[in-house]
Amino acid sequence: MLTLKNISTRYGAIKALTDVSLEVEKGAVATLIGANGAGKSTTLRSIMGLCQPYEGEVLFEGKKINGIPTHRIAAMGIALVPEGRAVFANLTVLENLELGGYLQRDHGKLKRDIEHVYEVFPRLKERLAQMAGTLSGGEQQMLAIGRALMAHPRLLLLDEPSLGLAPLMVHAIFEAIDRINKEGTTVLLVEQNANLALKRSQKAYVLETGRIIMQGSSAELANDPRVKEAYLGD
Amino acid sequence: MESFLQQLINGISLGSIYALVALGYTMVYGVLRLINFAHGDVYMLGAYFGYYLSRLVQGRTPSHLLDAAVVMILSMIGCALIGVIMERFAYRPVRRASRLTLLIIAIGVSLLIENASQLIFGANPRFFPQLIPETHIHMGNLMLTNQQVIVLVTALALMILLNLFIYRSRTGKAMRAVSYNLDAAKLMGIDTDRIISLTFALGSALAAAGGILVSINIPGIDPLMGVMTGLKAFVAAVLGGIGNIFGAVLGGLILGLAEVMVAGYGSSTYRDAIAFLILIAILLFKPSGLLGKGQVEKV
Repeated sequence: MLTLKNISTRYGAIKALTDVSLEVEKGAVATLIGANGAGKSTTLRSIMGLCQPYEGEVLFEGKKINGIPTHRIAAMGIALVPEGRAVFANLTVLENLELGGYLQRDHGKLKRDIEHVYEVFPRLKERLAQMAGTLSGGEQQMLAIGRALMAHPRLLLLDEPSLGLAPLMVHAIFEAIDRINKEGTTVLLVEQNANLALKRSQKAYVLETGRIIMQGSSAELANDPRVKEAYLGD
Repeated sequence: MESFLQQLINGISLGSIYALVALGYTMVYGVLRLINFAHGDVYMLGAYFGYYLSRLVQGRTPSHLLDAAVVMILSMIGCALIGVIMERFAYRPVRRASRLTLLIIAIGVSLLIENASQLIFGANPRFFPQLIPETHIHMGNLMLTNQQVIVLVTALALMILLNLFIYRSRTGKAMRAVSYNLDAAKLMGIDTDRIISLTFALGSALAAAGGILVSINIPGIDPLMGVMTGLKAFVAAVLGGIGNIFGAVLGGLILGLAEVMVAGYGSSTYRDAIAFLILIAILLFKPSGLLGKGQVEKV
């Protein structure tokens, strides 16, 4: 469904990604793990066109998408839940969700989509008139994911959904991700919490200073001594 | 007492003009973090478009009010186009450059418009045609002109319309999203370039309306009339909290009132100085403005 072919990205003179290739299969949950600054977010931003790879290709359902403006990539069926959530803090929860469905002009369908998000995250329904900035971190994460779902993405990119959340909240978020995946959305999950990510995915890539240094099935990688030592804290 | 009420009305009337112009500053700042110093010149262009259009339109419609409305709407459309062209060719190509670069370009655009206007329209002041014959309205000892009433009602109506647009429409919501977080707005599928373009169009149209409303009251127009009004409207936007729509309206009204009161009770020599005193005071004591929040730089 998604293929990255040897992409390299830089910020000014600093190389952020070198020759990154990866593949996410339809219906799967794939994960990209690595330390802070390894280039995980840059990989997702390169997919969405928020930064431009200067080499290589990004293919979505066989079509080359690098070079296309971000809002058109979003319209093609990819949604990104960005790092730090980036909810519109000065808008209400409901308005955030409506913006998630910005491209849906059918009012009835928009309403049904919002109901579906409330089903996945009942907590949001209680908060619909509240400013998004006043939500707790976990609720903001729910909102950011819910907002992304509004566009019916076929591919959902998640950037560190567990960051800064209490364990109970992390559990709730990952249950929701499971559900979203079972309902047919392919997921690419970026995580610093490698333990969690490897448990919840089928395929994994390890990123280190902008390069893919390991890849394989998540179960395999979870048992790999190098991964264990560097990322699982064993 | 009457004289105070009279000054109050004059102040609100002047303030609502500042508010209209300040809205453009604040909206553009909201989406681009840019102080568009050429905004005052768009206000001037609005008055000139109005001047030329008046000569074409006046007397061709059934009523004076309709004349004025047609002139105003066409002039607003003209300035909206100017705003869009300005953004497209002066600001968009350097959007990724530093804010200092943008600021210098804004000053350059301003100088370009001012000097081109002196070349095209001539540097001498022109007399704006009287679109609506003046009549006096007496309320007790208070005296209002119908023109003052028209200015107030029109400015108020435009601000209400803008507010409805920003807070009720789908595009208005997109505009607020862009001003909060540009990248996140793109991720929602919002064509942010289009929204930024539209923001310039709206702000410029409001400035044009301001230019015409002023000219209805004070009919002398010249190519540099936008300099002082632009600066004062900028002060109004900063006073209210730049980036904040309600702040721009509040700042405009306060500034208009302050100016009229200083001229009325103090000396009219200081009427222009008060704006800058307010600017200095607000920068010293509450740099984020009356309604602005303490800005946290986004990382």
